[in-house]
Amino acid sequence: MIKVINPGLQTTVQDHGRIGHYEVGMPPSGAMDKYSYLASNLLVGNKDHAAVLEITYMGPVLEFQQDVNVAITGGEMPPKINGQSVPMWETLAIKAGDVLSFDFIKQGARVYLAVAGGIDVPLIMESRSTYTLCGIGGFEGRALQAGDELKIGGENESEIAVGTRISDELIPTFSKTNEIRVVLGLCSYRLTEESKERFFSIDWTVTPEANRVGYRFKGERLNFVEREQPFGAGSNPSNVVDLGYPIGSIQVPDGVEPIALLNDAVTGGGYATICTIISTDLDKMAQIKTNEKVRFVAVDIHEALEIRKEYQGKINQMKQQVLGHKGGVKNG
Amino acid sequence: MAEQKTVLTPIPGVFYRKPAPDKDVYVKEGDAVKTGDVIALVEVMKNFYEIKAETEGVLAQFFVEDEDLLDAGQEIAVIIEQ
Repeated sequence: MIKVINPGLQTTVQDHGRIGHYEVGMPPSGAMDKYSYLASNLLVGNKDHAAVLEITYMGPVLEFQQDVNVAITGGEMPPKINGQSVPMWETLAIKAGDVLSFDFIKQGARVYLAVAGGIDVPLIMESRSTYTLCGIGGFEGRALQAGDELKIGGENESEIAVGTRISDELIPTFSKTNEIRVVLGLCSYRLTEESKERFFSIDWTVTPEANRVGYRFKGERLNFVEREQPFGAGSNPSNVVDLGYPIGSIQVPDGVEPIALLNDAVTGGGYATICTIISTDLDKMAQIKTNEKVRFVAVDIHEALEIRKEYQGKINQMKQQVLGHKGGVKNG
Repeated sequence: MAEQKTVLTPIPGVFYRKPAPDKDVYVKEGDAVKTGDVIALVEVMKNFYEIKAETEGVLAQFFVEDEDLLDAGQEIAVIIEQ
């Protein structure tokens, strides 16, 4: 059992996501930075899909009531056990009665805390992920609150030695200026050539409206090509006939403030989606904070697939390090 | 000698010196503060986080303006310990 002394700003239970229900309007939720999520589960010997805690901006204070291995990955938020600094990206041993807390966030925005066995909450539509907008999944469908008690599950499949760590070259670093790669479309034809050019040439600032649902950006106004309003489309030039929104798609309601739709977003609607963030860069997006800068870079689908292959390669390397003890750094 | 303590915001977001738009500011520059006193709010993801004084003294100066957008870890004020 883990007792929540202080929940932090927004700490939720997340797994790989509620996949396969998009057509009925159910977004996947799930860990936003999948690479860090996978690493945390790997380090405690969990199955790939075990539920972890996703911590945003400010860490919780947790009291463990049993001995268990844990691992903390993601953005840099220095963790402490009973006030003593402990490393991230490493298998740690927690004893019953230990208190885990965190320093201020130094880099990135989200941190993943995996416990061996996973966080045990009921499966809702095959997933333990919290979808707070609908109040389903996770711990009672909401972010953690002080006094909550989390049960530990049985989703572990291998013994990982305390002190096992991910090697430095496989640990991502995060900065305050970011390049996010996108594939143009589905409705980029609605933007004027000039606005399309401007979209890719200015720095966009992340506004305070940036959460699991989506990130809103401030920059400059974009313009749409004049047209006759088609049957079924809204009257605003940024409207099209309703379509499914890809995860990571970017729309620009009324031409002001682009919004990137993320894990908890609406699944479809009537705004022109001008491009879509490639899947690997959704992880990067998840680690960007309010008031940081983003530059969008266009890639084509072939480049995106190539980048995804590299990303898979890194994950395999990480698995080999931790499970195969090949080249893994051990200091335990 | 009086020690100076800088107050940082742990989270990014919009800075507010008032609890509500029609209320007075939490503290004015030059006011005395006690440990645990709320001195400002930071809003992000529709959460309002209270910035509290972590020491007793006089709030000498704010480094940021009301409604400024802050970075995580940014210095927002200085308290001179008494």
